[in-house]
Amino acid sequence: MLDKIWERHLVYSQEKQPDLIYIDLHLLHEVTSPQAFEGLRTAKRQVRRPDLTFATVDHNVPTTDRSLPIHDELARNQIAALRENSKDFGVTLYDIDSAEQGIVHVIAPELGLTQPGMTIVCGDSHTSTHGAFGTLAFGIGTSQVEHVLATQCLTMDKPKSMQIKLSGNLKPGVTAKDVILGIIAKIGIDGGSEHVIEYTGDAIRNLSMEERMTICNMSIEAGARAGMISPDDTTISYLLERIKTSDINNSDSIIDNWMELPSDEGCTFDRVIEIDAESLEPCVTWGTNPEMSIPITESIPDPQDADSPEAQDAMERALFYMGLEPGIPIQNISIDRVFIGSCTNSRLSDLQAAATIVNGKKVHENVKAMVVPGSTAIKKQAEELGLHKIFLDAGFEWRESGCSMCLGMNPDILNPGERCASTSNRNFEGRQGKGGRTHLVSPAMAAGSAIAGHFVDVREWLD
Amino acid sequence: MRPFTSHTGQVVPLDRTDVDTDQIIPKQFLKRIERTGYGQFLFYDWRRQEDGSLDPEFCLNREEFQEGSILVAGKNFGCGSSREHAPWALMDYGFRVIISSSFADIFKSNCYENGLLPLELSERGTARLLTLAEKSCTVTVDLVAQQVMDGQGWREEFQIDPYVRNSLIKGLDRITHTLSLEEHIGSYENERDSRS
Repeated sequence: MLDKIWERHLVYSQEKQPDLIYIDLHLLHEVTSPQAFEGLRTAKRQVRRPDLTFATVDHNVPTTDRSLPIHDELARNQIAALRENSKDFGVTLYDIDSAEQGIVHVIAPELGLTQPGMTIVCGDSHTSTHGAFGTLAFGIGTSQVEHVLATQCLTMDKPKSMQIKLSGNLKPGVTAKDVILGIIAKIGIDGGSEHVIEYTGDAIRNLSMEERMTICNMSIEAGARAGMISPDDTTISYLLERIKTSDINNSDSIIDNWMELPSDEGCTFDRVIEIDAESLEPCVTWGTNPEMSIPITESIPDPQDADSPEAQDAMERALFYMGLEPGIPIQNISIDRVFIGSCTNSRLSDLQAAATIVNGKKVHENVKAMVVPGSTAIKKQAEELGLHKIFLDAGFEWRESGCSMCLGMNPDILNPGERCASTSNRNFEGRQGKGGRTHLVSPAMAAGSAIAGHFVDVREWLD
Repeated sequence: MRPFTSHTGQVVPLDRTDVDTDQIIPKQFLKRIERTGYGQFLFYDWRRQEDGSLDPEFCLNREEFQEGSILVAGKNFGCGSSREHAPWALMDYGFRVIISSSFADIFKSNCYENGLLPLELSERGTARLLTLAEKSCTVTVDLVAQQVMDGQGWREEFQIDPYVRNSLIKGLDRITHTLSLEEHIGSYENERDSRS
């Protein structure tokens, strides 16, 4: 599939030079775009295809009352800069008060902008999310953002291909988040380096689009350039609900075109990894990168058992930062905060999974918990279903949409030493606030932990 | 882009693996709208102790490394986010070369865009440099000859994509180069737009 998409987007190719490929969709947000627009202005260049470029504000928007002015002057300036740049260069902006606003990787699929076969870029590493639709989607830096704004193209070598085949069926209570954490634990934080991962197998086919997005989203946490899943009936029915009918006057031929994308039977990949879906369990990270995770039934590992002195050193450093000792069952670890949100796990089905666990219960007295929907539209849908009542009655905060505590660029941060069960994608040191200790989990596990005050195997709560 | 041909400088050892971009430049410093001024925030949290004072043990704070312009670190340097603020901070601080046995993909491409050389050395070479740097060492990185040497007889060759090497040496501006292919872009675009 990677080869087919690459071939379709090849603008120019010459030996001993990287290829020039065309970009179908360019997504922008406030943090990584201002310097790119400044570069265009300095060089007196225009945005080549404003019709293929869309912007929103997500990284540093407040998730509290948005009718109030933003306190943080720098965040306010960045948002103002994106507003001005979008206006000056004719780019569509889903602004803070727009019904379409939300996390960039949540809204593009929701609005039907993400479609199979496309090349998609954004100045954000989690652009890999869009690969769930059978696209080649990857994060780029600000210089490349400027390059795409000016030329709608990128120069790059075709990445290598890797197949991760998930055969068999997932056990009950094992979610998409557990699948990707399990994969990263197996192949390592740099196991996908220089590759585009295509996820295949029955266990992947049985997943919904939202679950597939969770998996592709965290491909970057395995170091991969992108993640992708070939389109099928699940993809088509998701899209037909979302693409404006005016945009698909010839839907049959468009669908035929999408269905030509899947990798051919018997094609070869540069690397193939097979994983038995039944071997995967609900996971919790214990360390300071997404590779450091264990099944919920296990205990904190011992650095003495590490494969190399470097790995032992990294484990010891991680345990010290996390304030943990080897041998403690992970379920005995108490938490202070719970964050349900981020481009990994903030979609309607994520909120529904959490609400199912929370329904009728109360957040533990020692825990402060919040839900941040991925988009303004998801917030509205959840409220129509009454999910907000379930969360609010239990003692969760119910916020406006944005990236929020996934990276804590807005006021939503952990205090030093606070321990958080988080549905986000990175548990790096200080990611959610200086000194904060992040444990990555699925929405159901985060919800269960909020109620119990410590990590729990939510499978025991599911009837 | 600033061209890169050869650089001689002191090596600063950062003996950690999987150094992520959140450590290189923490998110609270990403709110500026300029490309400059990030050097002061490089490794902000690692440079500081709990009370906020500078940690005298951290490599960037050690007196003997104040003139350092080449950073050597463990595998998978620059993993995590796509923020170009990471190479901007490293360059603004004064680094011209980062040496590791491997780099994260997006970080590497961001370095190329800015004329910062991410130099992939063998695991053995990296380990050796980490040890040598502790006792203070100066090396020359010659991109033209694809060699790194310490002037004491140690020399190791390194690999780099020939196109990237050439672009770094010339300080090639990629946008200008792509715009020179307008004819190809235009014809691709015409065909593309007529399909949809």
